Amino acid sequence: MNKQIKGGTHQSIEHESAHKHVSGRAEYLDDVIEPAGTLHAYLGLSTCANGKIKSMDLDAVRKAPGVVDVLTKDDIPGENDVSPTGLHDEPIFARGEVHFYGQPLFAVVAKTRDQARRAAQLAKVEYISEAPLLDVKSAKANGAELVTKPLKLKRGDAVSALENAPMRIKGEMEIGGQDHFYLEGHIAMAIPGEDDEVTVFSSTQHPTEIQHMVGHALGVSANAVNVQVRRMGGGFGGKETQGSLFAAVAAIAAKKHGAAVKIRPDRDDDMVATGKRHDFVASYDVGFDEAGKIHAIDAEFAARCGFSADLSGPVTDRALFHADNCYFIPNVELRSQPLKTNTVSNTAFRGFGGPQGMLGGERMIEEIAYALGKDPLEIRRTNFYGGEGKNLTPYHQVVDDSIIERIVDELEASADYKERRDAALEFNKTSRVLKRGISLTPVKFGISFTATWYNQAGALVHVYSDGTIQLNHGGTEMGQGLYTKVAQVVADEFQVDISTIKVTATRTDKVPNTSATAASSGTDLNGMAAADAAQKIKQRLIDFAVKEYDVAPEKVRFDNNQVIVGEQAFSFADFVKTAYMNRVQLSATGFYKTPDIHWDRDAGKGTPFYYFAYGAAVSEVVIDTLTGEYFVERVDVLHDVGRSINEAIDKGQVEGAFVQGMGWLTTEELWWSKDGQLKTHAPSTYKIPVASDRPRQFNVNLVNWSENKKRTIRRSKAVGEPPFMLAISVLEALSMAVASVADYKTCPKLDSPATPERILMAVQRLKGE
Amino acid sequence: MTTRHTLKFWLNDQLIEFDRLPVTQTLLDYLRLTQVLRGTKEGCAEGDCGACTVLVGRLEGDQLKYESVNACIRFVGSLDGCHVVTIEHLKGKNGALHPIQQAMVTHHGSQCGFCTPGFVMSLYAMWMSELEPDVATIERYLQGNLCRCTGYEPIIKAALDIGEHGKLHEDYLIAEQDQMVQNLSALQNDQMLAIESEAEKLFAPATLDQFASIYAQNPEATIVAGATDVGLWVTKFMRDISPVIFTSRLKDFRKIEVSDTAITVDGGASYTDMLAAIDEHLPQLSQFWRRIGGEQVRNMGTVGGNIANGSPIGDTPPPLIALGATITLRKGDERRTLELEKYFITYGKQDRAAGEIVEQIHIPLPDEDQLFACYKISKRRDEDISALCGAFSAKIDDGRISDIRIAFGGMAGTPKRASHVEAALKGAPWSERSIADAKQLFEQDFEPLSDWRASATYRMAAAQNLLERFYLEHADENAISLDDLHQAATLEALS
Repeated sequence: MNKQIKGGTHQSIEHESAHKHVSGRAEYLDDVIEPAGTLHAYLGLSTCANGKIKSMDLDAVRKAPGVVDVLTKDDIPGENDVSPTGLHDEPIFARGEVHFYGQPLFAVVAKTRDQARRAAQLAKVEYISEAPLLDVKSAKANGAELVTKPLKLKRGDAVSALENAPMRIKGEMEIGGQDHFYLEGHIAMAIPGEDDEVTVFSSTQHPTEIQHMVGHALGVSANAVNVQVRRMGGGFGGKETQGSLFAAVAAIAAKKHGAAVKIRPDRDDDMVATGKRHDFVASYDVGFDEAGKIHAIDAEFAARCGFSADLSGPVTDRALFHADNCYFIPNVELRSQPLKTNTVSNTAFRGFGGPQGMLGGERMIEEIAYALGKDPLEIRRTNFYGGEGKNLTPYHQVVDDSIIERIVDELEASADYKERRDAALEFNKTSRVLKRGISLTPVKFGISFTATWYNQAGALVHVYSDGTIQLNHGGTEMGQGLYTKVAQVVADEFQVDISTIKVTATRTDKVPNTSATAASSGTDLNGMAAADAAQKIKQRLIDFAVKEYDVAPEKVRFDNNQVIVGEQAFSFADFVKTAYMNRVQLSATGFYKTPDIHWDRDAGKGTPFYYFAYGAAVSEVVIDTLTGEYFVERVDVLHDVGRSINEAIDKGQVEGAFVQGMGWLTTEELWWSKDGQLKTHAPSTYKIPVASDRPRQFNVNLVNWSENKKRTIRRSKAVGEPPFMLAISVLEALSMAVASVADYKTCPKLDSPATPERILMAVQRLKGE
Repeated sequence: MTTRHTLKFWLNDQLIEFDRLPVTQTLLDYLRLTQVLRGTKEGCAEGDCGACTVLVGRLEGDQLKYESVNACIRFVGSLDGCHVVTIEHLKGKNGALHPIQQAMVTHHGSQCGFCTPGFVMSLYAMWMSELEPDVATIERYLQGNLCRCTGYEPIIKAALDIGEHGKLHEDYLIAEQDQMVQNLSALQNDQMLAIESEAEKLFAPATLDQFASIYAQNPEATIVAGATDVGLWVTKFMRDISPVIFTSRLKDFRKIEVSDTAITVDGGASYTDMLAAIDEHLPQLSQFWRRIGGEQVRNMGTVGGNIANGSPIGDTPPPLIALGATITLRKGDERRTLELEKYFITYGKQDRAAGEIVEQIHIPLPDEDQLFACYKISKRRDEDISALCGAFSAKIDDGRISDIRIAFGGMAGTPKRASHVEAALKGAPWSERSIADAKQLFEQDFEPLSDWRASATYRMAAAQNLLERFYLEHADENAISLDDLHQAATLEALS
């Protein structure tokens, strides 16, 4: 057996920037040395949630120290819009009407950021205000518009199956939103170029969209705009579309003043002025029988979308796509309601509506379990997708790769679920104040962009004549380890140590027409594209070897930093040098598009997902029934990533997603005042988990026998989003602990986030019933 | 009184001097914009995320003590005579990574990496005083650091493993400590430090007498002790705070004196300064004390400041009022002593005259048979602001409640006693029935607000139930609290 290269696929190597992260030498955009004469922009925001601008006096702003310019809608050379959907519903600066508290009205350009920020506070704006519609319920009650076309998924006859079902429950669940709280906030810097050209540095998951939006705002074509991002300090979906505003403002100011312009909102403005996870109200009607088998579901998922469409269409679609989770629903009708509200336009966030849909679906399972007095796990098993006749989703895709039953069986055993559930039930009998809950919940998550054309990627690989390799692709690095995993693929293709490879910043002039790094697709798409590029170069090297050394193609091998040609072995560097001297092209682009997927939204039918990723978690919690306080005692996870390209990185994604999901369902609460002001706009008021919130015992395992049935890169599976939903087990465990106060006879209907307040109120409600 | 006009401190290997300095200059902006040391990050600019964590070393006697602080709300004006250590200063042997950095790499402790320098610095502070920390200790040192990517597990594992990657005595800062003690000693003196421009005045007195005197002369001045509140006035509200008096140089303003019956604390003592005394003499507050802010905030913030600024949701007033604490206020050479509860008049108004400082806090220690507990309720266990905070102190004689004091924060415009509840309980049997009856009276004592931390309904319900908790925990010797369980589970974790 030959020696292994260092850093090939299926090795747990460290993140490619780890040594720079820990020493403070990893450069984020705000760390890059600014060009001489860089100016700084800062946004002025609306203090009215719904109304018309009566007057806007910016005199004091203009006269403030250091101020160079104040930009309003009249300073935009192109379109005053950054709508990613082409609906023209998202102005850069308000067009006379304001639609949410915190909407950008103007931008100050000053010599320093501090000067710009201070000056922005000096605007005198008068509004003619109207009452804002702030949440789903008031929007529905007041017949609010929809921001985009809703979706309906239908299979079978839900109406008559509900009528005929032996048992039927109607209910409603309120599901809270979530701020991304990436540690690095939004930021952009634009450097003007010749003619109409501009280079934009942006903390973005979607450089190509930034390119387009900046082009539209400047009124220039795409080929004049170059966008670059080396890394983000976290993205989580929050930088899929939301960076456009900042990039456009920086670019407009840079072109106008012929100077580099940087814009970075402070944390509060970032949280107020950029979108979040959608809050939902799920209204359900579920019919089932005494065995817990679901006969039919009719459900509506209404979302607070904010004032514009942004990605609310695909987000609410994905909620419907995941309401079934792992369960076959014989008769089903699911409807989305993407409601327009006077709040910031909500956007992508890890799971992209899927978590909200799945949570609503799992609530129905809980309802059935409490109605029948059974362990919810039993209801789950009864309804898992199975073979023929039990494998069709509400969107008519066949589930043919389900491994959920085996995962659940293995996890149930390894986590001692039954014993621990019995112990919790026993504990609750005698413990007066503290109560325990335990829950096992599964996850099935569809992988692919439902916007089918997004499922493509490009890569650019250069092999230099010294044998070193430069790798570039359309994916962006936000901490998820994409650059590392794709480099591992390329190392593996060439059979060279990963230290041979340098990954360079994602740039629209290196790889064009890229898709957002989103939908967990980064490695699936870019790994394949990079492998394609590497294979092209390899083929040229093989062709050269065949000709030069007169051997059969199968006698040429790449192996452990060497190229083996017949009986001869060359170091990779030497062989490349020889190839170069013989005029072999050592650079190639690669391309990939996901096969076999299609989606007809109008019909609500198709195969939108290439495959599904699976996982399950058991969570055990303890609550204090006097105050509603709680903590998570233990979590066991078994999650499917196919054949992992890097187990350490994948495990990091699973753990991180779980804790982030737990935050969404527990402590992270968004709170608006009646006039539409977000009052939880900084870490002092918005509480993401800290170290002591993580499960006291956290056993995370990857499914070591799973291999993607589909021909993905090295048979791996996407990992970014699916494990986020494993945290639903925490909410349901909390729910069980609450249920104990009424002897488990009533479904607690615990809404999210389950703050101590919601827990206590649910306890008191159940005690009172 | 002689005065000097140059502020001096050490930054990594460099002596920094200022004879002009904006009073609002934060250490973070100075590092990032002036020094172009950009390893230290801005995540929130309010001392809540820890991405800007650096170490500040100061002399305590001839000992050099390093503590983690949030550079975003630490003013440069408070750094005279200190040693600031940033992430750029960490190094291992022969150009290798520092042991903490290597442990983080080995355990995959970074993903996006933005929070990472702050975590490394917090762990560095920990490592200097805790060579073999348990998980609870690690979590305490990391309370003030947010990570959104990893879920913390690999960071905890890295923290447990630092010793495998290097020895503390080989650490650069430790090895060079004697030299730095000399460097800093050379900067210490008893001169008043004053930097004045046309627009601003900055004072950093060296002695308490200088402080009292300069404040009496400039009663409009903003006093900056830990800056955990004033820092936000600047970074969030862009307020003008000049003239400013920094208390950071006052060595005679952070004493903690313990007698048989009381702890007397100087207004400038930090929460961290007090921790040992709390653990030894007021163990009922040990866990509570560790839930005030995060580690960086406890290193910076002072009990005096927590009281002086008059917040209705400060953590320390409820337990101190329940214990019957008094404070000494001083203006110039005049002093007066006041019951702490009387200091809080109404929301935004305290019994503190212009130019008057909170010089000392006297905390009576509970008797052996006195029941005492304090409960903080917040959305998140650690590093959160109280939705409400209740403190209970009771004496039971012959099965009857002979004395009881109940004080709450977060239930009114000021920290306030529950006088109706107290009146009903005084003399009543120490029984569940008495508690159940009395708890209804909270509605006569408080009319709490609804806000983003909690609704009025919840605040009231939780306050009532905390009285029940106080009873149950003391009536049953075997009662286990949620905190007990959390602590036990934490110590078991990863062991």
